[in-house]
Amino acid sequence: MFERGWRTDPPPSSSIRPALASPSLHGASIGDRVYRIATAAFALSIPLLLVLLGIEVAVAAWPALKQFHLSFLTSSEWDAVGGRFGAAPAIYGTIVSSLLALVIATPLAVGAAIFLSEFAPVWLRQPVAFLVDLLAAIPSVVYGLWGIFVLVPLLREQVMPFLADRLHLGGTPFFSGPAYGPSMLAASLILAIMVLPYISSVTREVLMAVPRSQREAALALGATRWEMIWGAVLPYASSGVVGGVILGLGRALGETMAVTMVIGNRHEISASLFAPGYTMASLIANEFSEATNDLHLSALMAVGAVLLAITLLVNIVARWLVWRVQRQERA
Amino acid sequence: MATTEPRPFATIVARSAPDAPTPDAPTPIALVAARGLDAYFGAHRAVRDVSLDFAEGQVTAIIGPSGCGKSTLLRSLNRMHETVAGARVEGEVLFDGKDIYARDVNPIAVRRRIGMVFQRPTPFPTMSIRENVIAGFRAAGFAAPSRAEQREIAESALRRAALWDEVKDRLNDSATALSGGQQQRLCIARALATQPRVLLLDEPTASLDPISSQRVEELVYELRGDMTIVIVTHNMQQAARVSDRTAFMLMGELVEAAPTSRLFTSPSDPRTEAYITGRFG
Amino acid sequence: MTARVPRRSIRARRALSASMVALTVVAALLATLPLVFILALLLKQGAGALSWSFFSAMPKPVGETGGGMANALAGTLMLLAIASAIGLPVGIGAGMYLAEHRGRPLASLVRFLSDVLNGLPSIVVGIFAWQFLVRPVKHFSALAGGIALAVMMIPLVSRATEEMIRLVPDALREAALALGYTRWRTSLTVVLRTALPGIVTGALVAVARIAGETAPLLFTAFGNQFWSTSLTQPVSALPLQIFTYAISPYDEWHTLAWAGALVLLALVLVISLVARVATRARFGHGHD
Repeated sequence: MFERGWRTDPPPSSSIRPALASPSLHGASIGDRVYRIATAAFALSIPLLLVLLGIEVAVAAWPALKQFHLSFLTSSEWDAVGGRFGAAPAIYGTIVSSLLALVIATPLAVGAAIFLSEFAPVWLRQPVAFLVDLLAAIPSVVYGLWGIFVLVPLLREQVMPFLADRLHLGGTPFFSGPAYGPSMLAASLILAIMVLPYISSVTREVLMAVPRSQREAALALGATRWEMIWGAVLPYASSGVVGGVILGLGRALGETMAVTMVIGNRHEISASLFAPGYTMASLIANEFSEATNDLHLSALMAVGAVLLAITLLVNIVARWLVWRVQRQERA
Repeated sequence: MATTEPRPFATIVARSAPDAPTPDAPTPIALVAARGLDAYFGAHRAVRDVSLDFAEGQVTAIIGPSGCGKSTLLRSLNRMHETVAGARVEGEVLFDGKDIYARDVNPIAVRRRIGMVFQRPTPFPTMSIRENVIAGFRAAGFAAPSRAEQREIAESALRRAALWDEVKDRLNDSATALSGGQQQRLCIARALATQPRVLLLDEPTASLDPISSQRVEELVYELRGDMTIVIVTHNMQQAARVSDRTAFMLMGELVEAAPTSRLFTSPSDPRTEAYITGRFG
Repeated sequence: MTARVPRRSIRARRALSASMVALTVVAALLATLPLVFILALLLKQGAGALSWSFFSAMPKPVGETGGGMANALAGTLMLLAIASAIGLPVGIGAGMYLAEHRGRPLASLVRFLSDVLNGLPSIVVGIFAWQFLVRPVKHFSALAGGIALAVMMIPLVSRATEEMIRLVPDALREAALALGYTRWRTSLTVVLRTALPGIVTGALVAVARIAGETAPLLFTAFGNQFWSTSLTQPVSALPLQIFTYAISPYDEWHTLAWAGALVLLALVLVISLVARVATRARFGHGHD
């Protein structure tokens, strides 16, 4: 058997004996309890913040909503002096500009994402993806600045006359009216650029998550590259893409500064894209500093409440869709 | 059997004669002893009614096929099992005669007196080598050692872990700069620094290359006498090389425990024989 | 077995495929074009107006030359400091809770609501801060602006923290517990410390994001023509100043707006780039 102590030199012994305090029965658990309570408190602050936010906005909006009831949502009359407020133009403007922005941005974003995930050479992927994502980092006010001094004059002097006269669309209700520049079209275009990186990034992610087996199966059946993408890859990723689009919608609905700088700020519902208009966010931003009486303020707050409600709804739907896709992938 | 021949690490231990305890040899004191130990993961009983002594100053190996509960048993000895959500223990584990699962015992105090080394080396990545070794002193309840004391402790622990010569010039380097085998020896040094009386090793060489494994085995072998060591291993040859006593577990139960040479040459239970002859596991 | 004749010839299908590929290239080009465009324009319009006086001088009335945005720059820094002082501890604390109590229903709820909070329009956060912090005391303040920004920062920091903490292997936690560490000490001195570089990166990204926000400041910090470092007074901020100058009718102010936009964009981009590079570098090297 191995004998004890066959070593020739004794192990170095340390003169240091670790001084162990007597095991405190409760000391350790107090620290643990404090830590748990502290982190839980920080975590709970988030729902509390949301609740508080909802309450404050509702309280501020209440006077106006109580006075106008549902007509607040349907009336186009906005008269600060006379005390009559209807947010329909702003609601209309928000929805139209956002939807139009999506219509413009989605094909571009999905196309770019397809290019990046399917066709681009590997060395090109990171830089181009980086550039597209960088669009999301540009502050809204910088977009607005560019909008005022570049986009709007461009629209007024080149694009709008082109659409109205050269393409003869001036007769249609969508492109009628004088081309001042600041317009629903300008707002939609800027929103499209701002929303594009979000849709593109989500689409890229879901496209890359499509398993190779799907692509290979399609190709093995003799599909062209495009047919593979359209028929096998995109359908697989479709609900993820839809989720990304709705996420982009959520962003577009709440965009304030860039829109307020190019939309013309007019309480008006018009079918024409050349006409100026309002969105809920830009209305609040624009009139807040001039709001004199309490009812006016409350009306603005009520617009905020409506915006909050719509955004919450859209965000929840988007999250649910993304969650559903993730669950699908896990199954 | 005092011998001056080289230690037989490279060969599978083959005994010509079973080891018989001499009548004068005192029965070793059990520093740690499990008594009727059950360990649960939720409703699943991973360790079933195990009673096993771990003699002071000796190396006890626990062997068995995957999933037999040997790691769970080991982790029950220093109250690490309960750190997993839903895990609990029933029964007793006596350390120096006192049940560590008694109501008034603080698990932290238990873990400070019983050291543990895991399968994968886990040096703290944000700390230097020196800081890693003395990390055990950061646990509350220890007097913070002075700079001079730190150096002494670190050197002593690193020497015991046979790592001193390799790192003495770069004690302030990041611990992640070491190789896998060195990192594992660092973890052993870290466990030794606070001078526990018991050292638990959970498959310590499983993720190491053969040379590093051998160095760790030599280390374990050298530490006995000063320390009580329990080593869980799936490698029977390793158990045969380093341990004084070996316990064989199967499906949560302790099948047999005996002096190592006897367990491997003439096991009493047929299941033990089946396992060590490779018929399963 | 008869082969099925495809509806269109191979040639037509291939042509379609090729043209669609071309279209995606066009899409990618169009997607990257605005960025290049805007950057180039900012440089052209803004670089000319950048001078020492831009950084050091106060705004001057219209007609006088030599005005600058010193107070706006200082104001932005002050607002970011206030927002970080509140947003970082809360965000990191919340993130740690979410990482350590993963499966619990409360954690899932908080995570979901954090995402909801993240998606709120910044102007709604602004009007909340106005109603809650400005209206009761009847004056605008830097503190209100900082808090509004903090509200936007919290979900970002929390998400980043949670992800970074989850990346720390459980084995590290176990090693600390086996040494006799208490749970809180393990969480703070081992886990948090290991995840810290990633959390710092996430914090930087969050700061870059809120540095460019204007809408929440419209009704809280409000803007200030003069130099102010008081918490309870309105304060200027770079995005606010850019907005005010941009919509004004004066050319000198327009030029200043371009310069301001260039500085703001540079600030945001530099912080984002530093964060990105730091993340890559961290995962690249094995030892420090």
